[in-house]
Amino acid sequence: MDVHAVRRDFPILGRQQGDNPLVYLDSAATSHKPTAVIEAMAAFYRRSNANVHRALYELAAEATEMYEGARAKVAGLLGASAEEIVFVRGTTEALNLAAYTLGEARVQAGDSIVVTEMEHHANLVPWQQAARRQGARLQAVPITEGGELDFASYERVLSSGAKVVALTHASNLLGTINPVPELSDIAHRAGAVVVVDAAQTVPHMPVSVSELGADMLAFSGHKMLGPTGIGVLWARHELLEELPPYMTGGEMISEVHLDGATWARPPRRFEAGTPPFAQAVGLGAAVDYLSQLGLRDVRAHDVGLVQRMLEGLSCRPYISVYGPLDPSARAGLVSFNLRGVHPHDVATLLDQEGVAIRAGHHCAQPLVRRLGVAATCRASCYVYNTGGEVETLLSALDEAWRILR
Amino acid sequence: MKGYGEIILDHWRRPRNKGRLPAPDREAVEANALCGDVVRMQLELEGTRVSAAMFDGQGCAISQAAASLLTERIKGKPVGQLAQLADQEMLSALGELTSTRSSCALLALWALRQALKEDQ
Repeated sequence: MDVHAVRRDFPILGRQQGDNPLVYLDSAATSHKPTAVIEAMAAFYRRSNANVHRALYELAAEATEMYEGARAKVAGLLGASAEEIVFVRGTTEALNLAAYTLGEARVQAGDSIVVTEMEHHANLVPWQQAARRQGARLQAVPITEGGELDFASYERVLSSGAKVVALTHASNLLGTINPVPELSDIAHRAGAVVVVDAAQTVPHMPVSVSELGADMLAFSGHKMLGPTGIGVLWARHELLEELPPYMTGGEMISEVHLDGATWARPPRRFEAGTPPFAQAVGLGAAVDYLSQLGLRDVRAHDVGLVQRMLEGLSCRPYISVYGPLDPSARAGLVSFNLRGVHPHDVATLLDQEGVAIRAGHHCAQPLVRRLGVAATCRASCYVYNTGGEVETLLSALDEAWRILR
Repeated sequence: MKGYGEIILDHWRRPRNKGRLPAPDREAVEANALCGDVVRMQLELEGTRVSAAMFDGQGCAISQAAASLLTERIKGKPVGQLAQLADQEMLSALGELTSTRSSCALLALWALRQALKEDQ
């Protein structure tokens, strides 16, 4: 992968931040968009815009074909079939959909739902609510000191049975990649459905749903070079067939009478209202772009940058790094703190050098509390980041430390 | 460096009036749950004037420097005058600030207002 050629595809990277070039190390929050994605959406609005699935005229048929074409592209990326792809607004909506419908269909009073201590709020709070609605018990599997899932606890919790296991493929704070195939096996033996938050992995590495072994998978378009307002819930088709709708209204019905309605088959049962079809076209273009780069190469690029970050951060005595120290065991992000300095001060000072990182609790308050800190700094990378940018980050951190210590 | 002028860095490195008063007449704690910044303001009054002020807390450089600076500014002032202290005065006293951090800069002032509200 030629990173300098890749960079030319991202117009925003030409922007200055004050007197400095923008060094964007916050792709775990949202990624930038290549010209191919921006143009695909603009072209759709210019030439093909019409509401989908009401194709009595040529233009609407074309829009529908493009929307369904995007579904097929996403299915191809995951090694799934198109009827298993539900378009939603993002990972959060996908996980809320999963929690609501699985709660209704599979969880009864006294049952157990299992999550982990390293979940993003989006894969924790919907399950708290589902457990509350169904009168079920929510159990959280702890992490080890090294920032990995405590495997023994996981096995112990599952040994007494569970209806749902909801876990992240990679922690958005620690970077830890969970061994989902093994964890899914254990969950399935206990009779649980496995729901995976893949927001930090599908954009960054090859993910095949058959190899993963989970039953549901959620991710967002905007973290994978696509637009905001679109995300994906993949689920095994027989599971989708079993589930009740989440939102109801137009598009998702089979027949409606004044006193009731029947549901369309999946995926349309879960796509009430006018779907984000222009965003789907943008996401399709993002999938094409990533496939052309090759997700194996995207992953290798991330690992190289994370290795440089980990080496640079670990050799600075004033910095603590959180999560696994092996770059191949992490997603493309690193959380850290400067001794005695609040992460918000670090982020503000780095911004003065044009370096954009995130600082805060990263929507994982229980995990931050478990780490015993108020917040962390997080630098995350993607296809357009360079080793030189990692060096800029490190020297900006030295400067921040010099100022604030 | 923009956002961290000499005033902020000076108060962050050498906080004034940090600690606890033995017998405060007024006291309030304000926290910013989002970032974990906490500031406790304590006042001793003599008649209608502030005779001593101290702060305690933890958090970012801006929130802690602002609290330090505020304790210096309010000492000897009439309570009535402090209730009028405006956000903008606090912000300009700290020098150049980035707009994303004004809630940090105002935390101590909110604690002061809370302390003054008590028993009125």
